[in-house]
Amino acid sequence: MQPVIELENLMVRLGGRTILDSLTASVKGRAIGLLGPNGSGKSTLINTLLGFYPPDGGTARIFGRDIRTDAKQIRSLIGYMPESDSFIAEMTGIRFVRYMAELSGLPSNEAMERAHEAFFYVGLGEQRYRKVGTYSLGMKQMAKLAQAIVHGPKLLFLDEPTNGLDPPARLRMLNLIREIRDTHGMHIILSSHLLRDVEECCEEVLILKGGRIADYCNLEEERKANRKFIEIETYNGNPGFSQAIEQLGCECAWLNNGRAKLVLPPTMEMREIYTAAAHHEVQIRKMNFRRDSLEDIFLRAMDGNLNGSVGDVPPQKAGAHGSL
Amino acid sequence: MAVYKRNYRPYDGAYTPLNTRFLVIPRFAWSTLFQSRALLSFYFATFFPMLVAAAFIYLVNSPSTQALISANAGTADGMGRSLQSPSWLVVDGFFFEKYLVVQAFFCFLLTAWVGPGLISVDFANDALPLFLSRPFTRANYLLGKFTVIAGLLSTITWVPAMLLFLMQSSMGGWTWLSKNYWIAGAIMLGSLLWIVVLTMLVLAVSAWVRWKIAATALMVVIFFVVPGFGEAFNEVLRTHWGKLLNLSYLISRIWNDLFRSPNVLKPGLPPRFTDVPVWSAWLVLAFVIMLSLWMLNKKLKAREVVR
Repeated sequence: MQPVIELENLMVRLGGRTILDSLTASVKGRAIGLLGPNGSGKSTLINTLLGFYPPDGGTARIFGRDIRTDAKQIRSLIGYMPESDSFIAEMTGIRFVRYMAELSGLPSNEAMERAHEAFFYVGLGEQRYRKVGTYSLGMKQMAKLAQAIVHGPKLLFLDEPTNGLDPPARLRMLNLIREIRDTHGMHIILSSHLLRDVEECCEEVLILKGGRIADYCNLEEERKANRKFIEIETYNGNPGFSQAIEQLGCECAWLNNGRAKLVLPPTMEMREIYTAAAHHEVQIRKMNFRRDSLEDIFLRAMDGNLNGSVGDVPPQKAGAHGSL
Repeated sequence: MAVYKRNYRPYDGAYTPLNTRFLVIPRFAWSTLFQSRALLSFYFATFFPMLVAAAFIYLVNSPSTQALISANAGTADGMGRSLQSPSWLVVDGFFFEKYLVVQAFFCFLLTAWVGPGLISVDFANDALPLFLSRPFTRANYLLGKFTVIAGLLSTITWVPAMLLFLMQSSMGGWTWLSKNYWIAGAIMLGSLLWIVVLTMLVLAVSAWVRWKIAATALMVVIFFVVPGFGEAFNEVLRTHWGKLLNLSYLISRIWNDLFRSPNVLKPGLPPRFTDVPVWSAWLVLAFVIMLSLWMLNKKLKAREVVR
């Protein structure tokens, strides 16, 4: 599978300060979250990939095209939804999106047709003849999304797409992002400081800290890995059940009131625990998978050693993970 | 199918050529501008001098006027004085220069009306990253905005002037054309120079001054207040170099030269009443264009770097 983005010792200096410091990574997922505290270089990375800032060292490739030499071809493949307000207030919504579509190279009639489609798609169909300047914040965010997808890009950069949205609008935005990811074949780079948004939409996360890569991991792999850890609460627990569990290869620590923490071997199926319980007439009243949340991953990355390069290391092992 | 029933789909159609994509900007800008009836009325009013000039050319070249001139030539009136056709009844470089002078004023008004909001509107809500994140360079953007003003100004300067020139050529015949063919070059060069100066200046002002009214006021200051300082400079230092601050004067000085007009200033006048050399006028206008380009280059960036 061709990498979506390849970073190769990418370095960017702005105003005499190093903002991105020798980033190396190969990103292949369909939806990648870009995480990091304020000032970590998330927006700078996006702006550099868009060609707004020239790299001071190294380079980056998007779908195999070099940002230094193929900027125009790259831009024809991407859609960009900026973080801040970005629109032409005096234009009606539909005209604004059509304008952007034509600037992306769509012929006039196609641009008009697709502007309408994009507006209905983001749920602003009935508001499309209002001036963008009169839109609410949520509507402006949706209009920004419409202009980013109107020309059918292959890669979508979303910079803090849920900024300032109320809970229902945020849910709508996240649903749209998931739908775009799943049904329209677009790759998505989602930059956000809201871990929940990234967790709900992305398969992989690239965590930046101080202009360097702190972690790059596949969330699904992380979740799978964490299924090995479970907590159970039993009724009628007896030593036979405990022995049976240990014979299955589990590491087991019994607590009070029939509660236990288990570390399962990699090949073990959950069904085997239920079978052992049934055999020893033990009721399992509660079973919790202790899943590692993105917050745990993020906090570990913030505490851990920086990892400037994650080159060809598999995503789930690329970061500076601590023990679980 | 009704548009609201259609769903979003990936685009797999053709794309417009990259090298003509900048024309999207003027197309959208003009369609917005001409929604204003006031601007439309003013725009049509700028063609009135052309109608007057066309009527004049027709009059000068009409058989009856020619017959009258021929009949009077060499004859004497009742007092024994020789009758000659009036000196203003000719179509020459001076005629076209005066036509352009009138149009130049309209150009300034149109530029001051349209230009200040041209780039500032994109800065007002930070829309520039949306332009520049597409296969659309800063040069494309600038060229597009330039075309908005330059296209409008062209339709009221060199286009009608060349039509008048063609009209005169067809009516005046080969004799007139062989003597005055250089006027076509002067019209083109003179008009384009004024168009470029005005357009670059107003774009630079629009990029730096985001409030449209303030940008318009700044244009007025540049063209009417700054020359006042130049005149004061001339008075105090008994020189004529203060005229270099007067862009309108500089363009008329160049046009004088291009259209081979007689110098109306008599020799022997104090320095402040004499013209500056033509080369200095060219130099200052070139400097204004370059300065505007530099200002635009500094400002037209998708992202500002805060130092």
